[in-house]
Amino acid sequence: MFGLNSKDTRAFLLIAALAMLAPILLNPFPTGSALAQFNAGYPDLMQRFVIFGIFAIGFNILFGLTGYLSFGHAAFLGVGSYSAVWMFKLLSMNVVPALILSVIVAALFSIFIGFVSLRRSGIYFSILTLAFAQMSFNLAYSVFTPITNGETGLQVYNSDPQYLMAEGDPTVTHFFGLEMRETFTLQLGGWSFDFAAGYYMCALLLLAAFYLSVRIFRSPFGLTLRAIKSNQQRVNYTGLNARPYTLAAFVISGMYAGLAGGLLACMDPLAGAERMQWTASGEVVLMTILGGAGTLIGPVLGAGFIKYFENIFSKINDTVLHQWFAFMPDGLENVIVTIVHPFIGKGWNLTLGLMFMAVVIFLPGGLVEGGQRIGKLFSKRIPSDAASAAGRPSE
Amino acid sequence: MDALLLQIMNGLDKGSAYALIALGLTLIFGTLGVVNFAHGALFMIGAFCAVTMQKILTLSATTYDPLKLDFLGNPAMIKTPYVNTWFSEDFGALLIDWSVPLSILLAIPVMIGLGFIMERGLIKHFYKRPHADQILVTFGLAIVLQEIIKYFYGANPIPMPAPEMFKGSIDFGMMIGFDANQVIYPAWRLVYFLFSTVVIAAVFAFLQFTTFGMVVRAGMADRETVGLLGIDIDKRFTLMFGIAAAVAGLAGVMYTPINSPNYHMGMDFLVLSFVVVVVGGMGSLPGAVLAGFALGVLQSFASMNEVKSLLPGIDQVIIYLVAIVILLTRPRGLMGRKGVMEE
Repeated sequence: MFGLNSKDTRAFLLIAALAMLAPILLNPFPTGSALAQFNAGYPDLMQRFVIFGIFAIGFNILFGLTGYLSFGHAAFLGVGSYSAVWMFKLLSMNVVPALILSVIVAALFSIFIGFVSLRRSGIYFSILTLAFAQMSFNLAYSVFTPITNGETGLQVYNSDPQYLMAEGDPTVTHFFGLEMRETFTLQLGGWSFDFAAGYYMCALLLLAAFYLSVRIFRSPFGLTLRAIKSNQQRVNYTGLNARPYTLAAFVISGMYAGLAGGLLACMDPLAGAERMQWTASGEVVLMTILGGAGTLIGPVLGAGFIKYFENIFSKINDTVLHQWFAFMPDGLENVIVTIVHPFIGKGWNLTLGLMFMAVVIFLPGGLVEGGQRIGKLFSKRIPSDAASAAGRPSE
Repeated sequence: MDALLLQIMNGLDKGSAYALIALGLTLIFGTLGVVNFAHGALFMIGAFCAVTMQKILTLSATTYDPLKLDFLGNPAMIKTPYVNTWFSEDFGALLIDWSVPLSILLAIPVMIGLGFIMERGLIKHFYKRPHADQILVTFGLAIVLQEIIKYFYGANPIPMPAPEMFKGSIDFGMMIGFDANQVIYPAWRLVYFLFSTVVIAAVFAFLQFTTFGMVVRAGMADRETVGLLGIDIDKRFTLMFGIAAAVAGLAGVMYTPINSPNYHMGMDFLVLSFVVVVVGGMGSLPGAVLAGFALGVLQSFASMNEVKSLLPGIDQVIIYLVAIVILLTRPRGLMGRKGVMEE
């Protein structure tokens, strides 16, 4: 379908189904029930899932294919957000020009940074991108205050010109009149599902982004990038100059980040410098690695996983824990709650750090590799037959 | 001239911290070939060793004085630190006053132990894996260490006073022949600078003048040959990791009166220290120290008002700019060795 082979089509359809049905799938518990706190099907959170999914897909095009570990990708996200908000301030609250500009600005910015940083590889590349991102972060806080509004963050005011704003246009972000926050709520028995316009726009863009990344992965260009990852010297010896390819990958992933940043601003017309901080760059690295770098759906999984558990874990507190373990004898209950306590609520980052370390140590392929291993356990016989068949030399 | 001197001195205390952290980073990188993103966390843990020491020293027995009442009408609570009762009153107060320098005694074994555990327990398994994996796992470790500290000590900065003796400023200009009140400098920062020079000198002397150091240097130059000579180089490198951790920890301990420790101070310093290492040259110890001081001074010059009015915002980015220029023109850094990190 659309030039994808059957396996990729299946992956694409899986993502499409997940994205389209997310408001239902993520709300498995009735609204009033005790488990309702595990529901993640409200628009605000789902939008973050898909936006960070886009961000991680883009990062994966660079890191997964070429192996260049950038620690400064949040800079592009921040730049995208700033340009989107500027479009809201100058033109109108329509999201289309905002998204277009954020992608373009992020592309220009990443051409510049990529051109300089890609002259070095390995750890030097990581440090260069880190240096650039920190530099942009510091500048956004200090000198560029007229553009970025410093610590307050950039936002839309009534006094802004908004030249294209017609009479009666919505004053919130909209797609040609369709307001992003417009939500259709479906009540079904005890369940309630929210279908938000903003979420579906993000989801469609995620699908487009995913489709594009599949095509890149399967294209000759993608193959060249993989060749660069496995042995850059060899690529050079075959007469290919690696740098234009890596730069193209860098810029593409920068544009994905810009799109994600623009979308963040579309859902909530605010932009702050903290989006560019290097911890934010670290987050997208975590997402990609956790899901599985170099795989197609890994980054989306990783982004969803981290954002979901961030939300859930931060909500759990001691009272909830006491409810859960209430069936135990009192002493044991208290001991368990005390043990679990550091990992929940504000301690969510501790859990994340431990999980991340565990993945890097034991599962370098991330969740996707974990899934494959579990899959292999259940279908042991067939692969071992296939393996022995493959091992036999052909006569 | 005196303004210039003041700026140089202003840069030296930050430069000392950069130099110490970068020295530790380079020790680890030069010996084990591992890029340690958790080094900032070690600096931070050192700082919290000082906090812990202060807490231990001020552990108090609480007694009630029925004759005095507090404003609620309850008997007044009197806290007497145990050190006061164990030793004499004066000596106890002295101990508490000197809690930051005393923390060095706590920090050295703690940091060396932590370094040992880190190297044997985690980093050992990453020698054969790509640098990206090493960065990632130590990055994860940094998050974990940071969150653990946050859990036990809270998220707010904890002010740590310097000993009474060093609290004020001293007129450094007068000592070297300027007029009075020209170069006034906080006393503790001068102590910090002197302390870090002593630590750096000690590390270099250890590497240069002891047999152990000689073996380590040989191992840095050619690990395989040293191994072939029948020396267990791994054991020595593990100890070097501990020493590097201790250097970062000491930098953190003594930095607490300058900047109240909080749980993310390590991350803030880590990025800059990496830049320092790169400027100095990956794997070069003198380079790391030199670049640390140089960049500290450079940063303080860039934050002079005269410079800032000429180039707004330069103080925020000068270090990164220098690093970018150096990396592009002299990828080996100021004093980098040949063959280190050049695939």
